[in-house]
Amino acid sequence: MSKGPLIYRQRIWTRVTHWIWAVCLFFLMLTGLQIFNAFPSLHVGQESGFDYDNAILSIGAVQEGESLRGVTRVGGVEFDTTGVLGVSNGEARAFPAWATIPSYTSLATGRLIHFFFAWVLVGTLAVWLVASALNGHLRDLFPTMADVRGLPRDVVDHARLRIHHTRRYSVLQKLAYAGVMFVALPLMIATGLTMSPSFNATAPWLLDAFGGRQTARTIHFIVMWALVGFFVVHMLMILLAGPFNELRSIITGWYRLDKGEE
Amino acid sequence: MMQRRGFLTAAAGGAMLGLSGCKVLDTAAKPGGAARGILMAANGLTYRTQRLLGGDALAPEFTAADIRQGQKPNGTINPSDTDYQTLASAGFADWRLNVIGAVENPLSLTLGALQAMPARSQITRHDCVEGWSCIAKWTGVPLSQVLDAARPRANARYIVFHCMDTIERSLSGLVKYYESIDLRDAVHPQTILAYGLNDAPLPVANGAPLRLRVERQLGYKMAKYLHTIEVVEGVQAFGDGNGSYWADRGYEWYAGI
Repeated sequence: MSKGPLIYRQRIWTRVTHWIWAVCLFFLMLTGLQIFNAFPSLHVGQESGFDYDNAILSIGAVQEGESLRGVTRVGGVEFDTTGVLGVSNGEARAFPAWATIPSYTSLATGRLIHFFFAWVLVGTLAVWLVASALNGHLRDLFPTMADVRGLPRDVVDHARLRIHHTRRYSVLQKLAYAGVMFVALPLMIATGLTMSPSFNATAPWLLDAFGGRQTARTIHFIVMWALVGFFVVHMLMILLAGPFNELRSIITGWYRLDKGEE
Repeated sequence: MMQRRGFLTAAAGGAMLGLSGCKVLDTAAKPGGAARGILMAANGLTYRTQRLLGGDALAPEFTAADIRQGQKPNGTINPSDTDYQTLASAGFADWRLNVIGAVENPLSLTLGALQAMPARSQITRHDCVEGWSCIAKWTGVPLSQVLDAARPRANARYIVFHCMDTIERSLSGLVKYYESIDLRDAVHPQTILAYGLNDAPLPVANGAPLRLRVERQLGYKMAKYLHTIEVVEGVQAFGDGNGSYWADRGYEWYAGI
């Protein structure tokens, strides 16, 4: 295999913060599912409808003769999700034990771990933002005019699994990373804060911005899945682009370019 | 190709490590576990931040049009305690709210006496720690009015709310629900002792004859079925010493998020 030059591509600030928030997001997601399990339905508006229906998703269990059946309702459509959602291991719980932290049911412990890692994440993002503003890494994430012109070609290249190893991120890479850093994660923090009755008194405009506490909770859940989607694509791209080179760059900072690149 | 296989092996190994890690984590995060103290430190940070940012700001209030359903009852919804049942069957005529502890002027107030004090109504959103919300109109007497009448001593720091309902029947005996807030929340204008819900007397399911409303915190702070308010210097003497039934069971004492 022909090889191009080895370059120092990822600074220490980028690498360390990347791994810290990777750990944070892992814990935040799985404790989030634990918290969700305490009230496994999502509503739109200020409140949760009990005497009327404003739910867009609900996960529950229904007794059928001797056995429990897991039922997931999305919009007006019901799905039998026994074994995974609603009922798993014969127990009525929305997300199964293997998908939650802790694995046993404990809202108190789930919240404790969730808020701990929420703080670590916010701190890490702040460090990353300051360091990246100072060392120029922020500019790496913003598409240039040339990038925008090259977008169709980058889409075609990715669709054909032709991955280039260049000094700069490709335009799709920039859009994905910028989407996570400047859209998804800020949305997670803002919708999380909107669920706090204390913070509602501090910043009531957040309730107006998201259309109510229950809508904020729903958005929090949906953006979580968007982040999971990003993670899946992120892993696939690492496998396709060559996991050794990709992992080396985010661990040591050194990255091998394609032959002819500099 | 070798690189890829190596990566997949490492990934599979990592996944197995993750599974055994779950057990370690489950244990470490339990009360008394190795990680619990570190995790709890974040609670302190959350508390101080909320106090710093919140100040004495008011919780959002809503309009009558936002009340679209009855207030969902939760926790104890009909205390089976004999004392309570007796009081309830007499329409709470013999019920008294006792204000005791570090006060110059201990009180024993009838429901009528509380209703004769200046009242406040507020349409607010009740947020349960489980995740749901419900909007309702609450009417009651500001706690600050009652405290002013009782005149707390200089060493007063917390208000403990003693409830009539038995929330737990454990091997060690009966556990009555209790809660506490500090003086700062106690004198917040929206902190009221509510006897009315949605323009009707407070129903038994929602805490009759009197319950607490602390609008910037979660539902479990809003103790129902009150019989005594105790003004204290510290909360260590009550329950397991964490200041509330649910704080004794691992939840935050300050439930602002």
